[in-house]
Amino acid sequence: MEYTEQVMDHFMNPRNMGEMENPDGVGTVGNAKCGDIMRIYIKVEDNVITDVKFKTFGCGAAIATSSKATELVKGKTLDEALQITNKMVMESLGGLPPVKVHCSVLAEEALHAAIQDYKDRLEKGEKPAAEEDEEVRYV
Amino acid sequence: MKRIYMDNGATTRVTEPVFEAMKPYFCEIYGNPSSAHNFGYVSRHAIDAAREQVAKAINADVNEIYFTGCGTESDNWAVRGAAYENVKKGRHIITTAIEHHAILHTCAQLEKEGFEVTYLPVDEYGFVTPEQLDAAIRPDTTLVSIMTANNEIGTIEPIAELAAVCKKHGVLFHTDAVQAIGSVKIDVKAMGIDMLSMSGHKFHAPKGIGVLYIRKGVRLQQFMNGGAQERNRRAGTENLASIVGIGKAIEIATANIDAHNAQLSAIRDHMIERILKEIPYSRLNGHPTTRLPGNVNVCFRFIEGESLLMLLDAKGIAGSSGSACTSGSLDPSHVLLAIGLPHEIAHGSLRLSLSEENTMEEADYVVDALVEIVSRLRSMSPLYDDFLKENK
Repeated sequence: MEYTEQVMDHFMNPRNMGEMENPDGVGTVGNAKCGDIMRIYIKVEDNVITDVKFKTFGCGAAIATSSKATELVKGKTLDEALQITNKMVMESLGGLPPVKVHCSVLAEEALHAAIQDYKDRLEKGEKPAAEEDEEVRYV
Repeated sequence: MKRIYMDNGATTRVTEPVFEAMKPYFCEIYGNPSSAHNFGYVSRHAIDAAREQVAKAINADVNEIYFTGCGTESDNWAVRGAAYENVKKGRHIITTAIEHHAILHTCAQLEKEGFEVTYLPVDEYGFVTPEQLDAAIRPDTTLVSIMTANNEIGTIEPIAELAAVCKKHGVLFHTDAVQAIGSVKIDVKAMGIDMLSMSGHKFHAPKGIGVLYIRKGVRLQQFMNGGAQERNRRAGTENLASIVGIGKAIEIATANIDAHNAQLSAIRDHMIERILKEIPYSRLNGHPTTRLPGNVNVCFRFIEGESLLMLLDAKGIAGSSGSACTSGSLDPSHVLLAIGLPHEIAHGSLRLSLSEENTMEEADYVVDALVEIVSRLRSMSPLYDDFLKENK
C-alpha cells in the first residue's frame, strides 16, 4: 500500500507510543480478528489532556492514525478533544487510501473511548482508577 | 540502499539469457506467425521451437502445449472448458480450499451457473490425500483441480497419487503448477496429468505469457474465439517475443532444477531455523520438508503483516503477507485459515520467496532485520502487552 509522506512519517516515527502508568482513562477498540486493535491512554488535569499514549496492533495506517490522533489531542480540553473526528485525523495525514479509512475511524473511537472511560471513573469516584476497569469495545 | 528481493513467488526478474533470446522478436522479427510469407514463417518457427522447449520440460508432446496470456487464463480455460464440455456427464467439480483465486473464483462463478463444487479441506500442513479425493468423487464428477504446490505456504501435493485416483474414476485431472515449474520435477505422462497450468513470470520469463498443457484426447470448450491460432483452440495473435522467452526460461529452469533446489532449500532452511530460534512466538506455515525450495512462510504472533512489510521495505527488503490489509479484504489469507490458523495469527504472516539470485548473506541480513522489526512492532502492540500480563 502506498501512503502519503505524513502517514509514512507517523508510521516510521510514531509520536506518544507506549504504555502509561496509572492513566486516568483508557480506551481500547478494534478486534484482533480483523487485524486492528488500538489502545489510547490519557492523563487529565483540570479537564485538560496533559499526556496521551497509544499502543496499536495493526497495519501501517492503523499505527499512523493512532500516532496522529494522540498528537492532535495533547493539551486539548476534553470538549475540544471530543470534537476531533476521523476526518480531521485523515486530513492532517494528507489522506488515506479508501480501504484504510476505517483506521482513522478506529483512532477517533479509541480517543472517545478513553475520554468516556475517564468520565465513567470520575462518576464512580475512582480517579485514578486501576487499568483493569477498561472496557474493550468491539467494532 | 541495498535492496533484497525475496518476493519471487509474486514475480521474478527476467534474466539476461531470456531477455537476449527475446530481443530480436520486437524490432527485427515481427511477422504474424499466421501469415503466408517469410516474415510469418520466421515467427512461426520461433514459436514451434519454444513449444518444443516447453513440451520437453514437462515430457509432453508439442501439440499438447497451448500458449495463453497468463496462468490465470490457463486456470480459467481448464476449469470452465472442462466443466462446460462435460455437462452431459455431470456438473460436479472437486478442488481444494487452498487453491489460487484463479481457480477458486472460477469455481465460484461456475457455482452461480448451476455447477456444484466440493472444496477439499487440507490438514495442518496444507496436504490433501488421495483417500480424501477418492471419497469425494461422485458419478457426476467431471473435473478435479488440485495445485502442484501452494503459492503461499509452499506445500507440494502428492500429484501423481491424486491423478491416479482420477484416472481410476475416469475423471479429468488438472493441476495449477504455476509455482512449481523449476522447483518440482514434472512429467505429465508419468504423473498422469490431463491438464497443467503454468505462468512464465514465475520462472524468469516475462509477465503476460502462460501455458496450458492439454493431454491429447482431452476435449475442452474454447475460451477465446477468433482466429485459428493454437490448433484452433486459443484464438489471438501469438505473443511472439514472450513465447520465445517462456521457452528459453523453462529450458534453463528445468536444466538447473537440482542445483536450484539444493541452493534454495539450504538458504530456506537456514532462514527458517534462525527465525524459529531467534524470534519467540513465531511458527512455520506449511510442511518443513515437502515444500517449495524457495518458500519461507512464518507467522509472528501479536503483530500485523502489513506493518511488518512496510518496515522490511524501509530496510530494502521485499516480501509479502497474507494479512487482510495486504489482501484488500477483511479476512486474512484463505490458505492460512484453511490450515487451521486463527485470524489474529494469520494476520501476522510473512512469506519470503527466494530465487537462485538470493544469497546466504542476504538471508542473514533479512533475519537480522526481522528480529529487530518484530520486536519493535511487539513493543507497540497492545496484544503483546496483554499476553505478557496474562502470563506473568
